[in-house]
Amino acid sequence: MTTALHTANRQIQQNHPAFILNGAVSGISSKSTGKSLRDPHLTQLEEEAIYIMREVAAQFERPVLLFSGGKDSIVMVHLAMKAFRPAPFPFMLMHIDTGHNFPETIRFRDDLVRRTGARLIVGRVQESIDNGRAGEEIGPEASRNALQTVTLLDTLKEHNVDCALGGGRRDEEKARAKERFFSHRNIFGQWDPKNQRPELWSLFNGRKHPGEHFRVFPLSNWTEMDVWQYIASERIPIPSLYFAHRRRVFNRRGAWLADSDFIARYSGEEPVEKTVRFRTIGDVTCTGAVLSQASTLEEIIAEVAAARVTERGNRHDDKRSEAAMEDRKRVGYF
Amino acid sequence: MDRIENKDSQDEAVAGSAITTGAGMDLLRFTTAGSVDDGKSTLIGRLLFDSKSMFDDQLEALELSASNRGEEVNLALVTDGLRAEREQGITIDVAYRYFATPRRKFIIADTPGHEQYTRNMVTGASSADLAIVLIDARKGVLTQSRRHAFLSSLLQIPQLVVAINKMDLVNYSGDRFNEIVREFRPFSEKLDVDEITFIPISALKGDNIVHRSKSMPWYRGDTLLHHLEHVQVGTRRNDRDFRFPVQYVIRPDQDYRGFAGRVESGMVAEGDSVVLLPSGQLSTVISIDSPGGPLARAVAGQSVILRIADEMDLSRGDMLVKEDRAPVPTTRFRSVLCWMNSADLVPGRVYQLMHTTRTVSAVISRVHDRYDANTYASEPAETLALNEIGHVEVETAAPVFPDDYKRNQATGSFILIDPDTNATVAAGMIRMDRLGSPGSDQPHAFNTGINGETETLRSPRVHWQPWNIRREMREKRNGHPAHVVWLTGVSGAGKTTIAKTLENRFWEQGMQTMLLDGDQLRHGLNGDLGFTPEDRTENIRRAGEAARLFFEQGAIVICAFVSPIRSDRERVRRLFPDGRFTEVLVHCSPETLHERDPKGLYRKAREGRIRSLTGYNSPHEPPGDGVMSIDTNAVSSEEAVDLIYQRIIGSG
Repeated sequence: MTTALHTANRQIQQNHPAFILNGAVSGISSKSTGKSLRDPHLTQLEEEAIYIMREVAAQFERPVLLFSGGKDSIVMVHLAMKAFRPAPFPFMLMHIDTGHNFPETIRFRDDLVRRTGARLIVGRVQESIDNGRAGEEIGPEASRNALQTVTLLDTLKEHNVDCALGGGRRDEEKARAKERFFSHRNIFGQWDPKNQRPELWSLFNGRKHPGEHFRVFPLSNWTEMDVWQYIASERIPIPSLYFAHRRRVFNRRGAWLADSDFIARYSGEEPVEKTVRFRTIGDVTCTGAVLSQASTLEEIIAEVAAARVTERGNRHDDKRSEAAMEDRKRVGYF
Repeated sequence: MDRIENKDSQDEAVAGSAITTGAGMDLLRFTTAGSVDDGKSTLIGRLLFDSKSMFDDQLEALELSASNRGEEVNLALVTDGLRAEREQGITIDVAYRYFATPRRKFIIADTPGHEQYTRNMVTGASSADLAIVLIDARKGVLTQSRRHAFLSSLLQIPQLVVAINKMDLVNYSGDRFNEIVREFRPFSEKLDVDEITFIPISALKGDNIVHRSKSMPWYRGDTLLHHLEHVQVGTRRNDRDFRFPVQYVIRPDQDYRGFAGRVESGMVAEGDSVVLLPSGQLSTVISIDSPGGPLARAVAGQSVILRIADEMDLSRGDMLVKEDRAPVPTTRFRSVLCWMNSADLVPGRVYQLMHTTRTVSAVISRVHDRYDANTYASEPAETLALNEIGHVEVETAAPVFPDDYKRNQATGSFILIDPDTNATVAAGMIRMDRLGSPGSDQPHAFNTGINGETETLRSPRVHWQPWNIRREMREKRNGHPAHVVWLTGVSGAGKTTIAKTLENRFWEQGMQTMLLDGDQLRHGLNGDLGFTPEDRTENIRRAGEAARLFFEQGAIVICAFVSPIRSDRERVRRLFPDGRFTEVLVHCSPETLHERDPKGLYRKAREGRIRSLTGYNSPHEPPGDGVMSIDTNAVSSEEAVDLIYQRIIGSG
């Protein structure tokens, strides 16, 4: 049984060391995905994630996999394929599109959908704005990040989704450290951090009332480094944005933001061309780049190992207040 | 809070960089527990800080938070995630932290030490390989410390580290350290853990966390991080009993029907013969597919897809096992239960029980006892409230395939779900085997503590073999059917007198007989049992099993036991076919009891020398309708025997 990904991987090997496919770049030097070359902890994390994805398939009727085009959601799709093959994975993909995308992200997404044969649902923030469900922020700091929550909840409801798989990790942020694998959301899509169900052994309680749903996070126990090591050991194609490239950027309070039609600049914020890469990929307006020469996965791993700031350290949205993430999660953020 | 010190001494190799890309790195999950003021969060902050696992922006956020509040930087804030916690100054839930050294990746389940948060401690401990119990060197071993060690033992965490913290506040005194170790030791002897390690530390100053303390030259042991990096993991994994709960059926087309699941214990190879539970049917494994491709064999921990030779009806919640070492399907078992909900346990109420991938309706038919939160002595209980732990009897609407928790955590654990709120209300650890210790070599089928009832033996292939010479043959040779007469009642009611007279009557008719009574069994078979509720139940269970052996041998078995608990007697009844077990309540007035008092027990109870005596200050639960009742105030023992004899011969 040959899967689309196998085919992709073979192509990667043929085009080694740097393979480019519709914005996908993979530069890997390890020769095998065999377990012998992989750290045991990656195998344990993979087993855990696969177990949880199968639980979702068994316990829910209409689960979706939230796909952002970022590396975590790409790893999620890869794991979903492994968890169910030779069958296709039983989840639709759902992308909440702020409209402020890097073009590479959308190209990568559409290619991945073609390769996997998965069904894609797109929820558009622009539509939420147009129909008055959400109001656009204005000014140089304007972001559609917060508006995504409205679109996400509306899209989940529209498609009767009872479980949304996300690539969230507990190491990302303090509030996420307490998130369960199976995270219950009430009828308003809200998370109640003080009233979470205890999660014991491998027994995941996905029971809910009509109208409620779950967010499930199979990568809870992964760190940024684990994700990169796994991408390298599995040779998973990822968007070119993650690798060092030349780009026009400007500096705002220490973070490098992409020069884009979607962001208004303050006076004095002059775009310059730099060699940068992105550690996370989200909405253009709030995803900061880092100055980097890392153009292969090995170089990225070395860079992550030496990093002195967390990957969300470049995320503008978390810096607004100390409890920014917790506030967003309470109202139904990813 | 004191200013943090960074003891980044240059004379010692730093254990790890921020995140390390070591080859062959494995995974250790550990849990930390301590009282609110023991400095647990500071310890974690220190581990992350000294192992270079903390990032600049995290430190920056801490400093920002501190300056907003006009305080000094507080390492503990790294772990205290939620806003409400920062306001209260305590952690209120389980938080997970990650760090890595070249040897290992670590997952910390940071659980609160407050006593009302036992449920979080149990949650964090359920997946841990090691527990760190923190003790404040100034305060010594507190109730809290003992509680955490006790819970770790109950949850079967094999490794315990007792970190004696705040050594800087007792002048790094080796005498004080030894004193605390001595204080802890008698308690620790009762714990069921593989290894206990004591380490003197100061989380605040960084002594013996990552770097060896210069202030405690008398301590020759490892630093905490060194211990965490080198301690052996996976020692309690069960490699012998193959258990494969079916999680999900994978059927992409007509030609492929695979059963996805995780090998919870033991191993399976292509070509192995397996038993399907609950049906008991036999089949053969024809292929093993894994996420990485086809395998010849799969071991504990691996998620795979098994295909079997025959087209059989198998779905989520069923289990594949091997014929030897198979679990006995049962609808009743005993369990340690930790109650996790603010609404008390309601015995008899229907909950949903999740055991492996199987969900069934269940009731707690009886609460035996609960642990006193301070002494861990068991005390009688009718129910369990939030954070209470006790022994209960579980009955399920459909059979489950349990193992003893000590033998197999995955198949020995379950949760209860409230069907109205959907909340997870309890965590259970199944007790099949009173005497079983980890690594016990007893074949599993003989460890079945409380089950073995005929009703649970639905699957002929997986329970014990039939007797070599069947009872029917023996009965034919004896010339009469086998039968059990069970006399129940308080001491002094007249059971023993009636039992002896009754046996003589049958014996004189040329029948095979046997008489079992409580005192007799307590001298031998049950000599190891005391008088706790749990032991009393076990006493009756064994008496029932002994009666069954004589019954199968074809005898008329007369049993005289106080047996005050109705459910204990009902369990015995279920060991025998319908119509072959006659329960008789023997009773008389309280005045008569005190007057007869054949063993002087009532006198002793009146004098306060016996704390609990059935019929005096502890109830005897009468049988339900339809059970024969003999009032020995009204009839003589000869008349009683006539009545019983007629009932049996008439029915036999």
